[in-house]
Amino acid sequence: MAEVIQNECCYRTNHLENSWDIETYLANGGYEIWKKILAGDLSPAEIIDEVKTSNIRGRGGAGFPTGLKWSFMNRHAPGSKYIVCNSDESEPGTFKDRDIMRFNPHQLVEGMMIAGYVIGACAGYNYIRGEFWEPYKRFTGAIDQAREAGLLGKDILGSGWDFDLFAHLGGGAYICGEETALLESIEGKKGQPRFKPPFPASFGLFGKPTTINNTETLASIPMILAKGGKWFADLGVKNAGGTKCYAVSGHINKPGAYEVRMGTPFADLLELSGGIWKKRKLKAVIPGGSSTAVMPAEAVEGMTMDYDSIAKAGSFLGAGSVMILDETTDMVKSLERLTWFYYDESCGQCTPCREGTGWMYRVVHRIRQGKGRPEDIQLLKEVSGKIMGKVICGLGDAAAIPVESFLKHYEHEFKHYIEHGCSIFDRV
Amino acid sequence: MIKIEINGQMVKAHEGDMLIDVADDAHIAIPRFCYHKKLSIAANCRMCLVEVEGAPKALPACATPVTDGMKVQTKSVKAVAAQKSVMEFLLINHPLDCPICDQGGECELQDVAMQYGDDVSRFSEAKRVVADKNIGALIHTDMTRCIHCTRCVRFGQEIGGIMELGATGRSEWMEIGTYIEQSVISEMSGNMIDLCPVGALTSKPYRYSARPWELKSHHGISPHDSIGSNIIIHAKGNDVKRVVPADKESINEVWLSDRDRFAYEGINSEDRLTAPMIKENGKWRQVDWETALQFSADKLKHYAATPEMMGVLASPTATLEELYLLQKIARGLGVNNLDTRLRQQDFSLDSHGFVKPELKHSFAEVEKLDATLLVGSYLRHELPMLNHRLRKAQLAGKIVSSINTEKFEINYEINNEVVADDLLAELQLVVDALEKPESNNIDKVYKKIASSLSTAGKSSIMLGQISLMDVNFTKILKLTSDIARLSGAVLNVLPISANDVGAYMVNFLPEKGKNIQQMLTTQMKAFVNLSLEAESDITDGKLAIEAMRKAEFVLNFSLFDSEIQREYADVLLPIASFAETAGTFVNAMGTKQSFKMAVEPQGDSKAAWKVFRVLGNMLDLEGFDYTHSNQVFAEVLENNIETKNELVLEKIDIKIDKKKSIKNKTPLISIYEVDSITRRATALKTASKAVSETIIVTAPVQEVG
Repeated sequence: MAEVIQNECCYRTNHLENSWDIETYLANGGYEIWKKILAGDLSPAEIIDEVKTSNIRGRGGAGFPTGLKWSFMNRHAPGSKYIVCNSDESEPGTFKDRDIMRFNPHQLVEGMMIAGYVIGACAGYNYIRGEFWEPYKRFTGAIDQAREAGLLGKDILGSGWDFDLFAHLGGGAYICGEETALLESIEGKKGQPRFKPPFPASFGLFGKPTTINNTETLASIPMILAKGGKWFADLGVKNAGGTKCYAVSGHINKPGAYEVRMGTPFADLLELSGGIWKKRKLKAVIPGGSSTAVMPAEAVEGMTMDYDSIAKAGSFLGAGSVMILDETTDMVKSLERLTWFYYDESCGQCTPCREGTGWMYRVVHRIRQGKGRPEDIQLLKEVSGKIMGKVICGLGDAAAIPVESFLKHYEHEFKHYIEHGCSIFDRV
Repeated sequence: MIKIEINGQMVKAHEGDMLIDVADDAHIAIPRFCYHKKLSIAANCRMCLVEVEGAPKALPACATPVTDGMKVQTKSVKAVAAQKSVMEFLLINHPLDCPICDQGGECELQDVAMQYGDDVSRFSEAKRVVADKNIGALIHTDMTRCIHCTRCVRFGQEIGGIMELGATGRSEWMEIGTYIEQSVISEMSGNMIDLCPVGALTSKPYRYSARPWELKSHHGISPHDSIGSNIIIHAKGNDVKRVVPADKESINEVWLSDRDRFAYEGINSEDRLTAPMIKENGKWRQVDWETALQFSADKLKHYAATPEMMGVLASPTATLEELYLLQKIARGLGVNNLDTRLRQQDFSLDSHGFVKPELKHSFAEVEKLDATLLVGSYLRHELPMLNHRLRKAQLAGKIVSSINTEKFEINYEINNEVVADDLLAELQLVVDALEKPESNNIDKVYKKIASSLSTAGKSSIMLGQISLMDVNFTKILKLTSDIARLSGAVLNVLPISANDVGAYMVNFLPEKGKNIQQMLTTQMKAFVNLSLEAESDITDGKLAIEAMRKAEFVLNFSLFDSEIQREYADVLLPIASFAETAGTFVNAMGTKQSFKMAVEPQGDSKAAWKVFRVLGNMLDLEGFDYTHSNQVFAEVLENNIETKNELVLEKIDIKIDKKKSIKNKTPLISIYEVDSITRRATALKTASKAVSETIIVTAPVQEVG
């Protein structure tokens, strides 16, 4: 394996002592861009151009070009506007943003400030997953330090520009990672996705135009502007620039968060994270979080970690939450756990997801208990198909994709349970 | 206008209209549960999924705005597959207990399932069970049947103005409920029964008493307030089983207040008087109609010899025809002591003329009023549907102010609220603020009220029942008319009862005789009472009963028997309720609404207009040969007998003693005790307890001088 270059953007200071402190950040070029903006040396249009040049795509999972998203907002429109950062990362296997907030919160703060400036926001909110107490403390600590340093608040550094940041700790619901449910939750309401349109860019937080970006996306912005969009674009591949943070988990020796360049071979990432544990073989990979399709080992051969390559191999980059499953994994049990997750986390608002997720779980659960029926496989395929595309938000689809992909690649394991009442690993 | 194509049919539409509305207008059926034309769009049931050309997924018609040239298929393979998928999901956890469900036969889920559901379920797991909640006397819950359409939740948020029901929990554990156990008691809560597309929320009083297919529908007009809500009376055989709203956009839209919905229980009360009764030598006996009427006619002829000593009182909940005929009898006998103003206490202006109860705006116009000042009114309880219109105005940014003797719970923000014992002093300050806007001695709130009325395009002052019942009504009237004159606002003395306006129209007024106060305080020899219970319907009930006791002869046309009537009356004649007679009510804005008989009168009771017709003839009076109530109505319209003596306040000088502070608190009439029928509605009575325990504060009449 060639040397894999790591930690060039979001995790660049993670190795330093007290990396979350403003002193460390300032000593490493922190807030330089922000000061430049306040001095009037960098216009919103220039920033958007640079971000477009960087070819950065939204890191939350959908991969929407960030520069384009920002250009939807009219910064001169009257009334309040908001920038919201989505740090809810609650999808099983996802923990890449956690390390940004733990170790490099000031870069995120600066990124949010820059984004806020570009869209003309009066304030920004960072919605942090409810269980992330340490990241929450680090982020609010960073806000306080920035405010103390005069980088945040009223009339920042005499520029006449007012902007403030707030952190909102979630209540522990997966659905609040969906951007409109997230907005509802900040507003103090029950976390349920809104029907779109209207989109947040026209009717967002408190009914005002709002831009929502992922933590990693926003934390990348200061570096893009410091080193140039071209530098960032060149790190990646043709269709997606920059580095990408991955949360690697599962049956590996060194699970953790890794930042590598977009387009790094999957094999390199696997080696970086210590390889499969207990000298076992790879069975399957869920490359982008539990809502992306599972891929059998043979499908990931030669795959590189970027949108196009993973899509070609049959799945999705998602949020970069790579879950490694070794050869001893019982896919029926795995799916049972995943269907339970979606059943538990459905917000209950729209019919197919509320009713369908529970149905899928119950059928898989029954199969795993050895009480499956021959028609169950067809039933599961149909139920997941009936959820797909008929719901308000992505959760329904996210619940259906694992069921479809597990059955596509591992139907024989389900059949074994149905026919023999036990796993393929059990003695019949 | 743009053109779109639905199932190959060209349909014209306005750009941005929702597809479901466009399809509805074109009579193209799209199944739906969560969508309701009067509520916000939730798009959560997904039943209305249709295929739109160019869209990769099926789209919900309720939340898809139409665009020019859009091509929609509601019955294509893709659309129907989507609809059937949703139907299957909706049914897996639904108990399918239709045979024991009150909604059966009028259930939206049942109807749609007939078309889109399968005959056999593939769901073989255990179904969800949800514990029922006790949410009071009006609505029964079977929450296992809930399909989470959230119509009831949105109703509370958007129409009722009180979020009585909400959704807690997520996924399959999502439940509709009150969160903390409590009764649902807002004055419009019963509408949630109609909104619920399944049998989760059903009417508690009606529960298990009939099946929809056994019921006959009769159009009616609600007699409990001056809105004149259009209702459908559902009867099984000759029994009124329930009342539901009829769509009437200009009046009650699609809603009904709880009072109008549940008061029907009163007409089935055991108290109903079902046979004529006369009292001779202190003993009551049941007689036939002929005997009773002959007896009454003889007595009336006798007392008509001294017509100034006979009083005729009627409830303003009587029909136009009844009031017209009764005054015709009275005036035929030379009796001019006529009154329906049972709640009023201050009659000092009668010699100058009569106050015309009238809402000078249509209900729809009320929504557009730029500024409104409520004076002495708990509008939410007096006229729930008018309050609903005013609420819409306020939510749309219009200004609503109030000057009241109590702090009331209102379901919207009162922009400028004044609560004080002395209405007169407060009103005077508004007058001052209008006369001297520059003055620094006037508190901001009065200036705000004054300027809201004078600067607004359309502004209105509404005097409610508390003003009407105030012992200083005349002075309130004077001051508010000053405010109206100075600000350009329209002054309305709100009609409260179903036929306040009708009573005025047929001149049921003491033009040349004594008003109710004079009748009760001067010794009358005889009283004729129509549909009223003196002890409760007249503000000073004690005084009224005293006067009745002292009278030599009292004839009551009454729906109900009661101990107290038996004590003071001499003849009790059973008459028909609003469901059992034909008639007309004239509502607050002057709309005359006639209705037909829905069921036969109970027992031996008879429609009052028929009784008056016979009685008129027995008294040898001219012109009582009607064969149909329509003829009476036609006569009312033909012979305008409305008083020529309307009060013109500008012409009268009323002195208001500024130094003398007058403290008085007017008793409020409980929302569910406004007339003899509502007082006997069992479920409302229970609900009313819950209401009075939480909201209503009543105080005795007292004058501090």
